[in-house]
Amino acid sequence: MSGELLRATNVSQVFGGLKAVSDFNFYINKGELVGLIGPNGAGKTTAFNLFTGVYTPTEGEIIFGGKSIVGLKPYQITERGIARTFQNIRLFSELSVIDNVKIAYHSRVKCGLFESVFRLGRYFAEEKKIADEGRKLLKIFKLEDKINETAKNLPYGAQRRLEIARALATKPKLLLLDEPAAGMNPQETNELMEMIRWIRDEFSLTILLIEHDMSLVMGICQRIYVLEYGAVIATGTPTEIQNNPDVIKAYLGTEE
Amino acid sequence: MGKRRNDIIMLGFSLVLFALLQGAISAKLIGSFWTLNLTLIGINIILAVSLNLINGYTGQFSLGHAGFMAVGAYVGVVLTTNFHVPFIIALLAGGAAAGVLGCLIGLPTLRLRGDYLAIATLGLGEIIRIVIMNIEYVGGAAGFKGIPHHTNFAWVFFVMLFTLFFIKNFVNSAHGRACIAIRENEIAAEAMGVNTTKYKVTAFTLGAAFAGVAGGLFAHCFYLISPNSFTFMQSFNYLIMVVLGGLGSITGSIAGAFFVTFISAALANWPEFRMIIFALMLILLMFYRPQGLFGYIELTNFKIFDKIFRRKEARQ
Repeated sequence: MSGELLRATNVSQVFGGLKAVSDFNFYINKGELVGLIGPNGAGKTTAFNLFTGVYTPTEGEIIFGGKSIVGLKPYQITERGIARTFQNIRLFSELSVIDNVKIAYHSRVKCGLFESVFRLGRYFAEEKKIADEGRKLLKIFKLEDKINETAKNLPYGAQRRLEIARALATKPKLLLLDEPAAGMNPQETNELMEMIRWIRDEFSLTILLIEHDMSLVMGICQRIYVLEYGAVIATGTPTEIQNNPDVIKAYLGTEE
Repeated sequence: MGKRRNDIIMLGFSLVLFALLQGAISAKLIGSFWTLNLTLIGINIILAVSLNLINGYTGQFSLGHAGFMAVGAYVGVVLTTNFHVPFIIALLAGGAAAGVLGCLIGLPTLRLRGDYLAIATLGLGEIIRIVIMNIEYVGGAAGFKGIPHHTNFAWVFFVMLFTLFFIKNFVNSAHGRACIAIRENEIAAEAMGVNTTKYKVTAFTLGAAFAGVAGGLFAHCFYLISPNSFTFMQSFNYLIMVVLGGLGSITGSIAGAFFVTFISAALANWPEFRMIIFALMLILLMFYRPQGLFGYIELTNFKIFDKIFRRKEARQ
């Protein structure tokens, strides 16, 4: 648990006249579990999109594992080791559960086009390896009896789990979870909390999550960033955040 | 290795089918009209399956297939007629030329999405046709005459078999999965490490190359080809085949190509009925089975195959 994995310095993102994120300063250490909270429209998902290359920041620098990732395409950032899930689930909905996971192994497939089409050399060994690893991963997420089911037919909670499994299949160092508990009931949220902690230890991951469910955020995050109107208004441990007057103001408003 | 066994079974079936059809043609059981139409069915299967790779598997709506076919056809006929190059090399050169053009066109246009891409590719297909029409060397609007009659049923059948083999294996590999992921959700595909631009262009290039080869086969069926054989109506025809069979199913494209070509031939004397029938068929299809006749299903993953062979294995 040492060393900085990701650091954003003075990052701003402007959409036309709107500053979605302004002067955003952020860091996360290896092995940490950090939360990003804030009211709707505060810029949390924009921050994720900046880290994963969906947007290129208007200003500022993002360093991941010692190197700048500003300007890289999302797939290149995935290759470097940042994986994510989406707020509104984005599975490959017409494909089977196992195929969803297999696609995530993409950047590590060594078979060329020619080898794949003519089924030469490594093709069968590699396909088998992907299928085996995928199945192992799905077992962890209790999806092993559903591997041939179409993703869109899974219950909501299972779709969320599949999205996390798929993100892990890219072998990330940093996992970004965008509202993983959205739409879950309290019991499912509790299970999810356990699972997030467990995967961090099992896969020695660093995790950053966006979440509105305060029991989850306060329960598992070591540090929390609070965003409002695109700016960080507070950082600290869960207890510090809970007692921070600015945060209380942002969430509950001021007493008249 | 179940997959490999399935391949061998399908190859066996294909060879038996070829022997039967070729035998019937040689014995004159099938007349010259239907022989030509069998050949055209084969060519249309190549075109439909290659269009399906772009439209059905990768989800990029292209309407320029006739243009790529024209490039392959003209490159092929110039090589065989004017330079007396062997047929196979002319076919490959036509495919390569169409593929290179597909790649060059794909790089800028594949940034567009949905209807915009459809309109852009439609326009490009027409540009190719108009350009050919204005090249005097290939006969301009009057067409290219004196093409040697190289294409026969056997050529078409084996090129078709190779196309099916190639595209089936492609879509079932990691590369094909990347293309399908783009169709399903481009943002998620990119987030999972798929270089979406690269795979869109790859699918477009491969599709164009096979269309070029099919164009070469098509041109060498006739004494004359003219730019009017490659209008956007042709592109629509291939699209009808793909949509009818099911976007994303090779079996579907085969069935679609067979069906559309067969109906066209059977109604050769009543061409006006043909369009009415196709239009009606498409409307009914959109009402009752919008995913196409086969949807995403392939003949080889029908359960019946597995059941037959599992029973045999159990007995042994």
